[in-house]
This record gives sequence, C-alpha cells and structure tokens, in this order.
Amino acid sequence: MITYLSNNSEIIWAALRQHIALALIPVVLGFLLALPIGYLGVRFPWLYHPLVNVAGVLYSIPSLALFVFLPVVLGTKILSPLNIVVALTIYTVALLARTVADGLRSVDRLVTESATAMGYRRFRRLIDVELPVALPVILAGLRVATVSNISLVSVGALIGIGGLGQLFTRGFQLFYIQPILVGIILSVLLAGVADLIIVLIQRAVTPWTRFQGGRA
Amino acid sequence: MITFDDVVKVYPGGGTAVDHVSLELPTGKLTVLVGPSGCGKTTSLRMINRMISPTSGRVLIDGKDIAGQDEALLRRGIGYVIQNAGLFPHRTVLDNVATVPVLLGKTRREARTAALGLLERVGLSEEFAKRYPAQLSGGQQQRVGVARALAADPPVMLMDEPFSAVDPVVREQLHREFLRLQQDLGKTIAMVTHDIDEAIKLGDVVAIFRQGGVLAQVATPQELLVAPADDFVAEFVGRDRGIRSLSFDTAAELPVAALPDDLVLDEAGRPSGWRSGSQVLPTGGTFTSSDSLRLVTDLAITSPVGTAVRVNGDGKADGVVRHHDLADYLAARRAS
Repeated sequence: MITYLSNNSEIIWAALRQHIALALIPVVLGFLLALPIGYLGVRFPWLYHPLVNVAGVLYSIPSLALFVFLPVVLGTKILSPLNIVVALTIYTVALLARTVADGLRSVDRLVTESATAMGYRRFRRLIDVELPVALPVILAGLRVATVSNISLVSVGALIGIGGLGQLFTRGFQLFYIQPILVGIILSVLLAGVADLIIVLIQRAVTPWTRFQGGRA
Repeated sequence: MITFDDVVKVYPGGGTAVDHVSLELPTGKLTVLVGPSGCGKTTSLRMINRMISPTSGRVLIDGKDIAGQDEALLRRGIGYVIQNAGLFPHRTVLDNVATVPVLLGKTRREARTAALGLLERVGLSEEFAKRYPAQLSGGQQQRVGVARALAADPPVMLMDEPFSAVDPVVREQLHREFLRLQQDLGKTIAMVTHDIDEAIKLGDVVAIFRQGGVLAQVATPQELLVAPADDFVAEFVGRDRGIRSLSFDTAAELPVAALPDDLVLDEAGRPSGWRSGSQVLPTGGTFTSSDSLRLVTDLAITSPVGTAVRVNGDGKADGVVRHHDLADYLAARRAS
C-alpha cells in the first residue's frame, strides 16, 4: 500500500485535484443558479409545483446517461470535463432549487410581514431577511448536493474523466486492489471534509440557530 | 391625525371587510380599534401603512393622502408592532431594534447606540442586547418589538394585537409600562385588539367595529360604558358596565363624614381597624381623594361595617364614606 502510494503519488494527486474541481465547481455554479430559480418558485406560487416536478425528473436521469448524452447536445468532445461539470451542475440545481424554495417558504409569515411593514423593499427584504432566515435549510441542501456530487464524479471514470474514479477503473483493469482502496478512502475522506467545512460555515453564519427550540 | 375618509375594502372573493368607515384618530392619542373577529379592524389598521389598499375612499395622515406616497418610505415613518413581535430570528435584540434607522441610512454603529437607549426605555437591561429572539420570553420579545417600532422615533405607531400572546400577569405589567411610555412620548397610535377590557384600559378613544366592517361607536372608554350606542355595543362592552365606569372618576368630590368613634387609630392617626365589641376588625384598605370611585365602592362593600376610610397623603384618616352616602352621591351624579 505504502509502496503503491509513493510510486503513484503524482497520479493520485492529479486524480484528487481533478475530483475536487469536478465536484465543487458544479456545486458553486448550481448554487448560484438555484438561488434565483428557487426564488421564482416562491415569488410565483403557481411555479412551485412545476419546479419541484422538473427538478425531480432531472435528478432521476442516470448520471452515466447524462455524461454520454450531453456531448450530443452541447457539441463538446465526449472526453471533455465540461460534460461532467454541466451534468453535475444540472443535478445540483435540481436539488438546490427546491431546497431554496422550501427554505424561503419556511420563513415565518409574521417575519416577512413585519419586515415589509418596517419599510423593506422586496429585494432588500430577500437579501437581508428571507435568505438569512432560510439559510439553515439551504445549507442542509448544500451538504447533500456536495456529498452527492463528490460520489457522482467517480462515475465519469467510465467515460475517461472521473477524478478518483480513474483509480477504480485502473484497479479493475489491472485486477489490483490498491488503487481501488486508495480511491475509496480518498473519496470518503473528501466527502467528509467537504461536509465538515459546510457545517463549520453554517455554524459561523447562523449562530442564532443554536438557540432555536429552547428558550433561555 | 390619521383620517379614514369613507373607506371601503371589498376583497376579490366578494366579502366586504370595511364598509364606508369614516374615522379620525387624534394626534398624540391612543385609538383602539376593537371588535369581534372579521369586523375589519385589522384590515383598517393595515390600510394606514398601505399593507392593504382601500377599494375606495382615502386614508390621510396629517391631511396628506397616503395613496400617493412611496410605500417603503411611508412605512419607515410608521412604527409597527405585531402579535408575537415578529422579530427577526437571525438578528440580535440590538440589531432588531436598529432595523429601521439602518433602513433610513444611519450607520450600524449609530443605530446600535441609539438602540441600547431604547432597550432601557422598554425595561430591558443591556445584557439582552446580544441575545437572539429565541432566547427571550414572550414578554421580553414584545418589549423588543415595541423598542423596534420606536427606534426611528416615528410620530405614528400601529399595533396589531401587541399584547395578546403573553400571559395575563405579564400583559398587565406590559400595559402599565406601555401607558407610562405613551404618557412620555405622546405618539399617535392605532391599536387593534379583540379584548374590550384592554381597549377600555388603554384607549383614549375606542372605535368599536361590528361584523361586516361597520363602525358601531367611536367614543371615550367612559362614554362606552355609560352610554353605549346600541345593544351590540352594550353587549360587546359586557356586564358590570356601571361598576367599571366608576374607574374613570376619582373620589375628589365625594363628600366624607367625620371619623366615627368606633374607628381605631394608631398614635400617628392612621386607621388600624373597627372596634366591634371586644375585638378589632380590619379596615380592609383605605382610599385617597385621587383614587377611583370604583375602589371606594369596593371598599364600602367589603368593609365589615359598610364604611370606606379616606386617608390623606401621610396615611392619616381624615373622613369616612358609608354605603348609603355613596349610593346617594352616585344617584345624584347620574341625575346631573
């Protein structure tokens, strides 16, 4: 195992770096896209159910199918990492748009009403009041999306680009357990670390949630 | 002054919430809008800051029609207190109070400094400043709600069932403090409640609405008790109107008789009981000339000898009122 690591450290590092990029760029893009889309589902209540349904359908498309299908639509090369990024961005949007909408819907009506009555205009109310109050729900969704993306990247190895997933395909091709083990361990570690970072961010930006539920 | 000029609100479903209401809420006074649920009182309140717009008619503040004004700017100039306070859960108490000044362009630092002063004003010590709403009791949240509404020193305040979510003991205390605050500040306040006792206790003017958004009577609390406009108002105001109306008159003009022999005084001249045979019965309490006739009546009824004892500022007994003297006084007062 140690020998394998030291002999292949460059390959492993490259795979890990690629894995991180392929998983997290879509998280960021998807989050930024999901904010306005989710908001629309709240601003126009009739949009909410169509939004949830479309998101559900998108999320249910098998990842491999999407990886293979996207080059046809986008005109990209089958081996382009862009396919993975776009596919995972679609999954992230599908997951987070609903989360953002649900988060905003969960804001107590009395809170938005009193914000309006105090003279907030719609956009500033959204930024200053509704989004911050919805943040715990939204960040919970972000954790799911991040971990889900980290595991989905590996599937990309089947079409030649997949970060740590390449260690699996290599191991299978060579009937060699070491790269598979290293790939699994690093994937799990990566998911764990990413999740932890989001939890820490959540603690830092929503200190008030620690007091919810019980009164001091 | 807030003026409702023939205001109608009809909802798209066809229901009439407010039906041709014309009403004036005097400057510096607390006007209570009260009535059963579905009487249009809350709808009326919300038309003052344009949370709801009237179907027809006008609402004016100091003579200016609010329909032409920018909604957000109008609202920043009107304090708003809501049931359960509606505090922002993600902001500390201090930042909740600083909300409107920040919206008006004050720096956060300035607004926070001013907010600290306001917290003290509503009876919350500095240690609450950094807490979040979830760490406060209902009564404390309501105080923060009042402080937040006062933060930009608006001349007009709207209060929507501000005290109904707290228990009766806390409510009583909040009432007292709020009345004291209003005495200092003299805001023009519109308050909605479904509780007629609260309306009578707090209001300078009480506007009673009936079902269908019609004004039944606008009067001072005392007038409501003494002269309800019709059966609906009489029933809504409730039983014991006569006794309750005595709360609004002091005993200043009530004639007293000289101290009788059976009243026991201590060496300082303070009443300590009634002599009855070999024992001394308790007086059960005393009144001063600034107390209400209601208290005097109560004392006369509960006294073991049917006599209420008046004391001066030093607590010395200086006169008594008997049952029948009180009855004569009330009868003469009613006749006049």
